[in-house]
Amino acid sequence: MAFLERNMLTNNNQIVLKNIYKNFGNINALKNISMSTNSGKIHCILGDNGAGKSTLVNIVSGVFRADQGKYVVNDDEVSFSNPREAIEAGISTVYQNLAIIPIMNIYRNFFLGNEPIHNNYLNMMDKEFAIDTTKKELRKFDISIDNPKRSAGTLSGGERQILAIARALYFGAKILILDEPTSALGVKESNKVVEQIIQLKNKNINVILVSHNIDQAFMIGDKFFIIKNGELVGEFDKPDTSANKLRTILEK
Amino acid sequence: MISGEFDLSIGSLIGFSGMSVTLLTTETNLGMPLASILTLIIVLFIGYCNGITVVKSGLPSFIITLGSLFVIRGITIAVSKIITGRTQVGGLEESKGYGIMSTIFSNSFTISGTDFPISILWWLFFGVFGYLLLKHSQVGNWIFATGASKESAELMGIPVHNVRTSLFMLTAFCAWFIAITQITTFGGADVLRGEQKEFIAIIAVVIGGTLLTGGYGSILGTMIGALIFGIVKQGIIFAGADADWFQVFMGAMLISAVLVNGIFRKKYAY
Repeated sequence: MAFLERNMLTNNNQIVLKNIYKNFGNINALKNISMSTNSGKIHCILGDNGAGKSTLVNIVSGVFRADQGKYVVNDDEVSFSNPREAIEAGISTVYQNLAIIPIMNIYRNFFLGNEPIHNNYLNMMDKEFAIDTTKKELRKFDISIDNPKRSAGTLSGGERQILAIARALYFGAKILILDEPTSALGVKESNKVVEQIIQLKNKNINVILVSHNIDQAFMIGDKFFIIKNGELVGEFDKPDTSANKLRTILEK
Repeated sequence: MISGEFDLSIGSLIGFSGMSVTLLTTETNLGMPLASILTLIIVLFIGYCNGITVVKSGLPSFIITLGSLFVIRGITIAVSKIITGRTQVGGLEESKGYGIMSTIFSNSFTISGTDFPISILWWLFFGVFGYLLLKHSQVGNWIFATGASKESAELMGIPVHNVRTSLFMLTAFCAWFIAITQITTFGGADVLRGEQKEFIAIIAVVIGGTLLTGGYGSILGTMIGALIFGIVKQGIIFAGADADWFQVFMGAMLISAVLVNGIFRKKYAY
């Protein structure tokens, strides 16, 4: 957590990508992508399936390394070799399907990979702490759970996404990447999640939202990046554009 | 199995461990305790190889350990024939250190006039150990997560490969332990010891409620599963039924256990 302590206590946690390239064999998944994101804002990455959104997310979240280009976090150039290192640097990703494990119970999901340890010699989990913290943290996101020992599969789709977001923030995320957080949800559930995403701005989180739902993205986003065939074809601030304009560019 | 893997090689490892300890004791001057430790190292290494092969190849552990089942059994038979010309080797009782080994692993203790084998204590010990490991330790959480979804576990920073490899080493250790209790009881080894034990293990685990796909299960369930297996095996004779029907009954129970598990899974919409 050394990096986190050194760098993430600033008011503005910034990611800057400069001229990023990524190839898979002969396919140029990303070509010359440059962008920057700041705290307290929601940045939407828009694009069709296969446009390169996921590749971009995977580079930022530490799954892949870029072939060329610079990845800068708060003025330091970084190169993560796995998602763990990115998480430790305060950059967390909430994936669409892999956010939580339905068959395991709620508090075990919340502390997955970060189990609180009771006794250092035996590596025993501090369950009481885990259960209490899970309850407390979820209440901050308007989810009240009477029994965190329930299996996470009993949560609604929206609650699962929020659980994953709450977990990321609890473990120190200052930069949060949301990969299609609402695409699998119905309207009601989707609204619940959107409400919480907007709240993240007040918490001064740097949010990167990947989506292909233009209307929803426009409603909550501050800044929009449009990716097509691996290239950045447009970059807009909210006042300078409209949902229809974005759609026109995307569908051109 | 909670971590989503099978180890079919345990039966062969039991035979291998038993024979290895017996041969090292009777054919050399090591003494039984040292021979046991040496064998344990070999067996753990075999478990490590099983694990690393499964992890690196990405193939189902079912296939990999089915292979090692035959390889290990074959080696056990061949080597013991080369060294002694037989497939059963005895004479452990006269060897160095047998006394202390059998005291620890196979003697009886007496409570109010009834003799109990010491293996009951070991059974309880491992039960408690497994319970604490799975339900109360950090590694336990990792094991469940690995079984339920390797991808999710990996993204949360859990060392999935290490978890899987160490579990293969743990099953190898258990096979070694069973072998030691057997040879100290019988005073010798047989290359065929432990045959079909892998299936018995799977039956006990499944009857105990563990999901075949991993991610769900408990030690208590498995212990009850093993008890049911044992009770049925002995009880069917006392109940006056022909013991030939035992296998039929066991198979039927296995299938119904899996079916009930399936219903349970649907109930939780997963």
